[in-house]
Amino acid sequence: MAGITVLDVTKRFNGFSALQDVSVVIPEGSLTALLGPSGSGKSTLLRVIAGLEEPDGGHVMIGGENVTQQPARSRGVGMVFQHYAAFKHMTVWDNVAFGLTIHKRPRAEIEERVHKLLELVQLEGLAKRYPAQLSGGQRQRMALARALAVEPSVLLLDEPFGALDARVRKELRAWLRRLHDEVHVTTIIVTHDQEEAMEVAGQIVVLNEGRIEQVGSPRELYDAPANEFVMSFVGPVNRLGDTFVRPHDVEVGLEPDVRCSEAMVERVVHLGFEVRVELVREDGQHLLAQLTQEQVQQLELERGQIVYVRQSRETVFTS
Amino acid sequence: MSRWALRIGTLGYLALLLLVPVGFVFYRAFEHGFGHAWHAVTTPAAVHALELTLISAAVAVPVNTVFGIILALALVRTRFPGRGLVNAVVDLPLALSPVVVGLSLYLLYGRGGWLGGLADHGIRVLFSLPGIVLATLFVSMPFVVREVVPVLREIGTEQEQAAETLGARPMQIFRRITFPAIRWAVAYGVVLTTARVIGEFGAVSAVAGTKLTLPLYVRAEVENFDTSGAYAASVVLALIAIATVVVLRAFHPREETG
Repeated sequence: MAGITVLDVTKRFNGFSALQDVSVVIPEGSLTALLGPSGSGKSTLLRVIAGLEEPDGGHVMIGGENVTQQPARSRGVGMVFQHYAAFKHMTVWDNVAFGLTIHKRPRAEIEERVHKLLELVQLEGLAKRYPAQLSGGQRQRMALARALAVEPSVLLLDEPFGALDARVRKELRAWLRRLHDEVHVTTIIVTHDQEEAMEVAGQIVVLNEGRIEQVGSPRELYDAPANEFVMSFVGPVNRLGDTFVRPHDVEVGLEPDVRCSEAMVERVVHLGFEVRVELVREDGQHLLAQLTQEQVQQLELERGQIVYVRQSRETVFTS
Repeated sequence: MSRWALRIGTLGYLALLLLVPVGFVFYRAFEHGFGHAWHAVTTPAAVHALELTLISAAVAVPVNTVFGIILALALVRTRFPGRGLVNAVVDLPLALSPVVVGLSLYLLYGRGGWLGGLADHGIRVLFSLPGIVLATLFVSMPFVVREVVPVLREIGTEQEQAAETLGARPMQIFRRITFPAIRWAVAYGVVLTTARVIGEFGAVSAVAGTKLTLPLYVRAEVENFDTSGAYAASVVLALIAIATVVVLRAFHPREETG
């Protein structure tokens, strides 16, 4: 197990700046998410840490050791790719055993370890299958077992659930969380999905255009975003001039009140417990309010109705 | 109705163009019985021609296989200046008439050619085995490369990178990940290379002199009016070709449409 320190890492691809002086500390044993839109540099940062991409400048330290000049094979990292990178010509068993056979471990040890890992990822019965005979979720669990087989000091997951459908993705997230509680290996997960990052990670690093915007716990990012970008990336947001308001901080009433403004209901979207109400204020400003089903029933909201809205909480960034 | 017309048309075309001529060779070869044909292909000259063909195949096929894999890896996995040019040059033997290949070797190694001086040092290229091998190497170069390149592109680099993070060295990655992924393409390329090497006539004829490979032997026998020898040798070539096609089908069963 080991923490990771990234120091002033810079990476350019054909003149495009993928990472600009990125520095971040990943605490030992943590589960950290690199969150950002596509092209933000999050995958590049992960690949630099893995040693699959050579930075143009800066250093990478794993467990206090400077590994910047080391090839990927000697960094002790376990990597999981978005499209599984399954060894197609090998069985599930041989896939998981690959790293151990490369390191020439004794047969008995390989047997025992692969067996244990297949149990951990719930693929015991499928050891003799080929990757083509597995579902996406099973393939990704196999890839995870394969990465864990060599007892890596850090586990790097590059959009691991990105190619899976929504239901499997949710299952695997919860499963990954539990796995991390069991294995405690320092883990970095790259994702563009803020919900995934918040659900899984203890620490989130928000990246945008090759720079780090903010580092913090899910709660810190949501409650105290450092800037406009983080605020709008970690959750839906209404922008009213210079102020930003979360949809759940928009209060809707039927009676005019102080600091209220008049608005018309444009659309009511029922998402189960949550109801999303699209409003347009009298000054033409569009507004999204997040209410509960109960609230909407009490207000008897419907399209075209005139209501009164105000913000219970708003954020202004001074920059 | 149109489907039947299509079938009959296709089969008729194939029969007329391919099966009838080849079948006719078989017919003429065995016209006077199997013993006669066997006798015709076991004459010292015929056996020598077969040997020469097999020797040149034994050199050209492995060399072009290894070189083809290396070249394919270089073309797909690396970026180097002039890559586009190399990619185009690989196709040259497919586009160039074999006679031109033979002629260029003839001029290069012949008297007054840039490498013509080799003969003065006792290294005979023209009219001997090295010349024949060089000619077959040239014309059979592209097949493995052309088969392997698209497969390498398709499999991508993720599996190789995964192996690398698991501790594998470049040679281990090639042996355990890359090669198993391209092995059918390589096998297919080897089969095509072999077929071309064994059947090559044009390029070899320009540099072989009095040496005869099997195709050249057929031509020589025809010119000598020894048609039974020509037919029998042709049958040997045809059988090798048929074996090649069978092996080829075995490697690509997925292309089966019926």
